[in-house]
Amino acid sequence: MISPDSDIHVRVRGLRFSFGPRVIYDGVDLDIPRGKITAILGPSGTGKTTLLRLIGGQWRPKSGSIEVDGVNVHKQSRSQLFELRKRMGLLFQSGALLTDLSVFENVAFPLREHTDLPESMIRDLVLMNLEAVGLRGARELYPEQISGGMSRRVALARAIALEPALIMFDEPFTGQDPISMGVLIRLVRTLNKAQGLTSIIVSHDVKEVLSISDYAYVISGGKVLDHGTPEAIRASRSEYAQQFLHGRPDGPVPFHYKASKNYADDLLESVE
Amino acid sequence: MSRGSNILAEFLRGLGQATFFLLTIVRALPGALLRPRLIVQQLYHVGVLSLIIIVISGSFVGMILALQGYRTLSHFGATSTLGVFVSFVVVRELAPVVTALLFAGRAGSALAAEIGLMKATDQLSGMEMMAVDPVKRVIAPRFLAALIAMPLLTSIFAVMAIGVAGGHLIGVDLLGVDQGTYWGQIHAELRPHDVVESLIKSLFFGIVIAWISVYQGYFAAPTSEGVSRATTSTVVVSSLIVVGLDFVLTAFMFR
Repeated sequence: MISPDSDIHVRVRGLRFSFGPRVIYDGVDLDIPRGKITAILGPSGTGKTTLLRLIGGQWRPKSGSIEVDGVNVHKQSRSQLFELRKRMGLLFQSGALLTDLSVFENVAFPLREHTDLPESMIRDLVLMNLEAVGLRGARELYPEQISGGMSRRVALARAIALEPALIMFDEPFTGQDPISMGVLIRLVRTLNKAQGLTSIIVSHDVKEVLSISDYAYVISGGKVLDHGTPEAIRASRSEYAQQFLHGRPDGPVPFHYKASKNYADDLLESVE
Repeated sequence: MSRGSNILAEFLRGLGQATFFLLTIVRALPGALLRPRLIVQQLYHVGVLSLIIIVISGSFVGMILALQGYRTLSHFGATSTLGVFVSFVVVRELAPVVTALLFAGRAGSALAAEIGLMKATDQLSGMEMMAVDPVKRVIAPRFLAALIAMPLLTSIFAVMAIGVAGGHLIGVDLLGVDQGTYWGQIHAELRPHDVVESLIKSLFFGIVIAWISVYQGYFAAPTSEGVSRATTSTVVVSSLIVVGLDFVLTAFMFR
């Protein structure tokens, strides 16, 4: 893990969380270093999105703690939590743009809600943020008129409008063509470098994410299986990490979903 | 646990959840009033866009009442009281009830679907993460707008049914009831508190429909099936409660 303490932006300790009987996290410890890009890797269904919602305080863990800037997220009142959230951005996989507002108004939304800035200044800020993601020209369009990749860029412009210190990306590259993926990767890196944003990327696009991250965690089955720098992860001897990195169909994560009978018995069983 | 008690438990759970949700909305109302622009926007969606269906239905209900009433009244030679007949039935019952049923179908379902889809597409979560309370920003203005729209639409329904088209068109223009008698009888018989009670009814119906539609949308399962179920439930549950509540209110008002 990384020290000293003040360099840790998000600290997760002993995190347990479950949906009914389904255990999602079973004692997870994570340290997200400040100002760096940290990747959280794992197969679909391991609850990576859940982790971001837990950090954002939308859901509560069964036990364990999550601290952002030394503040326990789940011990805050609603208004304190909202104050905390103004300093963090979460980029949903879908973009989660407000469909009744134009691209411009979507980016202006947090500014209008949380500041009393004059209209001219809001306009400047929105245009600057849109310019940063290359969509100044698309400001009059509505969310249904732009592609999925563009939506994510608009959502990114919106997420950085209040200049947060922490930004979390939920599967930012999933379902993107190579060009928009390249654009998004470059944006994530530039934002991190230019503004010193702490970035958490949750993803299963291993190659792309490892190429830009400073540190990575591999999560599966509710536990952290491996963590380290991208080089260390690539060189990891963990069978699971290797299966995941190389996309092998069978291994510690079995190809076959667990069945109650063996294959031969199942076939021989007469149908009555 | 038996199936029956399961359903009962599920029903009570929903009722509790809906009640807490209503309290949350009520707490958010003062804040919503400070942003009239959002309410006006929603008034357009739930009110202005419901106008056509209200105007047309109101006119036809009035026309039908005049036809039916005229035939019956003519047996007793009392066609001069046609205005009273139409206005009583419309003001006391049909205007608030039919408007509420139409409003649930037109505006309530739209509200539930819109909010449900906002939830399914993470727009509500997205707002929460931007430190914006969706109950204040999305739910409260819609709730208020529905509340304001219902009495207004009810009044428009009544005016269309009694006067502008409806009863007047059929009774006076077609069947030849004297215009002065038509209005004079209404003026003499219809009391101000009939109108007030009608508006009170419509306000109650407005609260019920607004509450049910935002609740159904907000707690819809975030899938296409969930949104469709929320829309249907909004119309079905609102309609049932409106007719039931109408009976109760009528019983109290005409003791």
